[in-house]
Amino acid sequence: MNRHRARNWLFVGSLLLSLFLLVLPLPDAVAAYKPYWPALVLVYWALEWPDKINLGLAFVTGLGADLLTGVLLGDQALRLTVLVFLVMRFRSRLRFFTMWQQILVVLALLLNNRVLQLAIGLFAGQPLPSPGFWVAPLIGALIWPLVFLLLDDLNTRLRVRET
Amino acid sequence: MALTRDGNQTLFSASMAGTLRLIVYLALACVLMVFDHHGHWLAKARYGAAFVIEPVYKLAGLPSQAVDTLEVAFSSRKRLTEQNRHLRQDLLLANARLNRMAAVAKQNHKLKQLLETQRTLGMKVQLARLIDVDLGAYRHRIMLNVGSNQGVTPGQVIIDANGIMGQVVEVLPDTCVGMLITDPDSAIPVVIERTGVRTVAHGSRQGGRLLLPDIPVSADVRVGDSLLTSGLGGRYPPGFPVGTIASVQPGASGMFLRAVAQPAAHLKRSSNVLLLRDLAPPMGPPAPAIPMGPPVKLAPKGVQARRGGS
Repeated sequence: MNRHRARNWLFVGSLLLSLFLLVLPLPDAVAAYKPYWPALVLVYWALEWPDKINLGLAFVTGLGADLLTGVLLGDQALRLTVLVFLVMRFRSRLRFFTMWQQILVVLALLLNNRVLQLAIGLFAGQPLPSPGFWVAPLIGALIWPLVFLLLDDLNTRLRVRET
Repeated sequence: MALTRDGNQTLFSASMAGTLRLIVYLALACVLMVFDHHGHWLAKARYGAAFVIEPVYKLAGLPSQAVDTLEVAFSSRKRLTEQNRHLRQDLLLANARLNRMAAVAKQNHKLKQLLETQRTLGMKVQLARLIDVDLGAYRHRIMLNVGSNQGVTPGQVIIDANGIMGQVVEVLPDTCVGMLITDPDSAIPVVIERTGVRTVAHGSRQGGRLLLPDIPVSADVRVGDSLLTSGLGGRYPPGFPVGTIASVQPGASGMFLRAVAQPAAHLKRSSNVLLLRDLAPPMGPPAPAIPMGPPVKLAPKGVQARRGGS
């Protein structure tokens, strides 16, 4: 029971941390290439603990991110809902992918996310972003193994003790 | 056989339900976005949720603050001495300039008294510190550590020691968000100091620069000309440095010159900024004259009361 609670804490804590990392400043040189942390964390939990993740949770996480960044209410909520929907839909296949294939899938998901962001931004009358806009998904995909291994390590430890 | 069909069926219905739920959430998000775009819900929601958001911002700003502190703590004695010497020099220069300015200000004051204008030169300012928070890599926004509790209102002008930085666009209880003059949404009326040509400087997408897309072809503009605020529009007070012209080219249409300017304020490096308390007096057409009529004493009772009230 206690370990179950610890695993819950890991789940909630990783989501909150990802939102915090969203507004954590980086040096100017690399700020444009910051990976989209909430997406990575949501993808992990959607793959590994699907009972916990549903579209509503993705929506609420996105609303939280919108409140923090203050661009357009509902923008990230929509994008994260779509992302989690795609992962849940293809979850049974994605789980057995090798790391390389997973990296490519994450890259595709993040690029799709950027396309949605661009479309919403254009509708809302925001200016076109610079080419660096498309580099961040690449960085996010490259960082995916780290996120996956770190969360997976913590997660399996808590789960092994649980049984 | 039955098993697979059963499995298929549940899979199918599950995915249908999932799709349905997706559509509901997408519609909800779209509704939110539309309402936010028209009714600015986000600002209200952010103000309401400030007790959660502001601590997060403060926490996120801590690392860069710690880096600053560590830099001071571990920088070498030689560098500190060097810096000290520089600062002393700057102070001396600034004092000399101030003395000269004081003389000019006194003269100005006298002249203004002669002209019987009542505008004072003294300007109330409020010191604010930047909170280093990532508000999006492509957005020219800054966050300051003062808010509505400290009397900040949207529209206040942000300056640093070198020039205009921007204006306050969103106010939370203890923090506020400022839009830099390099933001694509920003436009600031300027005057070229050397020639007095008036134009408008816009923010640009290629960060850190100002665009002046509509200078008349006949105007005399050179690289190195400095730009001051003209005070038109009433948002930015006149006479503050905005930037220097970095390049001038004929525009795409050939009807206007298109200049690029480097902002005078240190937009990326300033950590302490000033907020102007007094908004600039709006310059525009004079206020409509009060309609003339018979003396107030002669007016009927009801009208008199209304006039007294207004």
